[in-house]
Amino acid sequence: MSMTTLSSLSSSTRPSQGRVWILGGLLVALIVAAPIGAIAWIALFPTENIWPHLASTVLPRHSWNTALLMVGNGIGVFLIGTASAWLVSACDFTGRRVFEWALLLPLAVPAYIVAFVYTDILEFAGPVQGLLRDVFGWQTARDYWFPEIRSMGGAIFVMSFVLYPYVYLLARASFHEQSSSVLEVSRTLGRGPWQTFLTVALPLARPAIVVGIALALMETLADFGTVDYFAVNTLTVAVFNVWLGMGNAGGAAQIALVMLGFVILLISLERIGRQGRQYHHTSSRFQASPRVRLRGGRHLAAFLVCAVPILIGFLIPAGVLLRHAIVFFDDSWNQAFFAFARNSLTLSATAALIAVSIAVFLAYGRRLSGRGFGALSRIALLGYAVPGAVLAVGVIIPFARIDNAIDSLARDLFGVSTGLILSGTIFALVFAYVVRFLAVGFGAVEASLGKIRPTMDMAARSLGAGPGRTLWRIHLPLVRGSLIAAGTIVFVDSMKELPATLILRPFNFDTLATHVYQFASDEQLERSALSALTIVIAGILPVIILSRALRQARPGARTGTPKDTQATTRG
Amino acid sequence: MRKRTFALAGAAAGLAALLIGPGVIAQQQASVNSGEVNVYSYRQPFLIQPMFDAFTRDTGVKVNVVFAKKGLVERLKQEGRNSPADLIFTVDIGRLNDAYDSGVTAPVETAQLTANIPAAFRQADGHWYGLTQRARIIYASKDRVSKDDAPKSYEELADPKWAGRICTRAGNHVYQVALTAAMIAHHGEEKAEAWLRGLKSNLARKPQGNDRAQVKAISEGECDISLGNNYYFGLMLQNKEQFAWAQAVYPVFPTIDDTGTHVNISGMALTKASPNRDNAVMLMEFLTGDLAQQMYSEQNFEYPVVAGVPQAGLLRSMGELKADTMALDRVAALRADAFKLVDKVGYND
Repeated sequence: MSMTTLSSLSSSTRPSQGRVWILGGLLVALIVAAPIGAIAWIALFPTENIWPHLASTVLPRHSWNTALLMVGNGIGVFLIGTASAWLVSACDFTGRRVFEWALLLPLAVPAYIVAFVYTDILEFAGPVQGLLRDVFGWQTARDYWFPEIRSMGGAIFVMSFVLYPYVYLLARASFHEQSSSVLEVSRTLGRGPWQTFLTVALPLARPAIVVGIALALMETLADFGTVDYFAVNTLTVAVFNVWLGMGNAGGAAQIALVMLGFVILLISLERIGRQGRQYHHTSSRFQASPRVRLRGGRHLAAFLVCAVPILIGFLIPAGVLLRHAIVFFDDSWNQAFFAFARNSLTLSATAALIAVSIAVFLAYGRRLSGRGFGALSRIALLGYAVPGAVLAVGVIIPFARIDNAIDSLARDLFGVSTGLILSGTIFALVFAYVVRFLAVGFGAVEASLGKIRPTMDMAARSLGAGPGRTLWRIHLPLVRGSLIAAGTIVFVDSMKELPATLILRPFNFDTLATHVYQFASDEQLERSALSALTIVIAGILPVIILSRALRQARPGARTGTPKDTQATTRG
Repeated sequence: MRKRTFALAGAAAGLAALLIGPGVIAQQQASVNSGEVNVYSYRQPFLIQPMFDAFTRDTGVKVNVVFAKKGLVERLKQEGRNSPADLIFTVDIGRLNDAYDSGVTAPVETAQLTANIPAAFRQADGHWYGLTQRARIIYASKDRVSKDDAPKSYEELADPKWAGRICTRAGNHVYQVALTAAMIAHHGEEKAEAWLRGLKSNLARKPQGNDRAQVKAISEGECDISLGNNYYFGLMLQNKEQFAWAQAVYPVFPTIDDTGTHVNISGMALTKASPNRDNAVMLMEFLTGDLAQQMYSEQNFEYPVVAGVPQAGLLRSMGELKADTMALDRVAALRADAFKLVDKVGYND
């Protein structure tokens, strides 16, 4: 393990070059952090201060529920994500090659849709309880006990099975990048497969796993649809209640700031988890580990560990949607549907491209300049945990200010009104997506860049390449898999994004998500099941590309062509 | 191979960006075109679209809509004098009041508007106008609650005899808050708090779901009575899957303080920045006209605010609405207090 940082390197570059990265990074961080600054502003200077009321009634209860949900989900996604990732990486069993990509599928289903589907199945009128009543002759809900799906337990259940792919994706990439030589050393020194997993593979993958859990928990923190539907009173629910019910944006922003506290806690945990260590392979000899063939009971257990999450997180919800979509197909398959789909696709693809570019810029700037820049890049990532609706207000404020300032200037100078240039346009929407999901892309890019040995940079730089050229020729090709992964997650997340889209969108503008919401919020999801299913399908395509890219990006990949393999080992 | 995947992903995203450009320009043009009117709506589009379509057929003026359940007043406020919005539509008195309080509305008075809308349903200077009335009523189980036993008043819901038998949606939803505010207006804060605590202790389950979900719970035997807006009865009867829920209950019009049933209004307000003011006023007048008012009643089962407009058959069959006489702006003013009361008694826990 090399402990070198690159800070020493950047000081040896010509100052003008280093400064470009730092100034650029500063600018990007400032722009991206503007909405959060705006939220802090309305929180600190509210028109009507209800903080004392919040602190004595709402905050303690909702904070406790939020903490409980995060702990439950954290454990859930860690267990499911890590176990399945290790099994498909290190073992061989029936269906492994299918599981390898299929385990990503739940990523494509919005949590609130899964929540809706399971309520349908597990509630009193659903098929499960109906069957039980038929079998045992019960009549009403008072005759027997059945776990209530609309509860804290239900929320943890649903969200764990939808969010675990974040951990799976990163853990699997990390397990794949581990050279067998490292694991073999452990085995030859007398450690069993379990011990090797626990003492070598797991610690090596820890940064990736922690990033995955942190992402899943931020997603948990910002979720509104699921917790609202399940009547779990978290801080996000409080934000909406204070805003919707009391019409008090200042109070809502104050709660949002408390939530930011949770995020900062998460980020620090992630940092502490890494304990300042950076993990690099120093051996240039890479060899893929042979997989252990499982037999008997273990074979079955491994199969179930991978099959159950896919069944619960994807197959059942998608099946229910498919059934509704077929029944209501004639109502839904029309011109409007294609317009929604096109809007969703273009918006999400643009957001993904921009978010990944910025993520690379920030991550590389951090690599070049060390800790100071690191703190800066963190600020830009807070947007992920701000509930969409609050972020939307944060976007509206600076955009409207800029637009109105330009308008005033134009009126004064030329006597013409420029109106609103950015507000209420698709530009504002893309900006909101980028701010909201930048953290997702950044986490993946940074974790991946961190695994490239600093000696690579040193070699490139001593041969005369500047930082930009080194990034383009050395780093980008090496982290290609992670870039595609990052872009894909941003794309799928943007497709699913709802609250900010509702508030910021232009006139007569619907995406698939807003269309689904319109009906789902009225307990009529079936009427928009086709759109919901399309979000899911659109989510699947990148999942497939992603999984192929991951397999091919594996150093010494066995599935690649021999030429590919050679190219990769040469680095 | 790998390089190609990478380049492909980049190309696809780049193409997407190109596709978006023209879209932005098209959207911009939409908002400044003079033959149009722009609406920020808290109401679900499918509920008001038929009226807008009728308006466009009548006048040739196109109606552009942004629908969201929250944040539109904030957006309006920030956009300031350059806002493209002409009108704002809400589902309750509270948000009409919010819009008015935050100074984004403009007064408008025309002979037709004043003649159509009774004084009780509009702001004194014409800053907002009510469009429909919605009554908050009780749904009772046909099987388990006899007509004689059914509660005749909201106050009775706090009676311990209903312990474990009532379902409601979350206490801080605008409809429940308005009811609580009306309780405060009639009985004072202390009695209202006792009432809310009594109601909470009678709940069969933690508040969850919307008004329809409570009727569903009755049909499943989880509870015996629920609170909900009147128009859901008609909407459920029209829905394939929800028909059975509505069949399990009958509507009861309770009184508050012996006066009448608590009602809320949906309404509209002209914005201060309105760039298409003439079209906006035209739309306002159209919606208070007999045709639109009758459509509200026929399609959404809401009560017209305009006197003499015929009500849908179903509304007539549900019985005559005798509304609470308390002034609506008084109720709206007590909303913040009601909201704090809901938090104080921990209604949603």
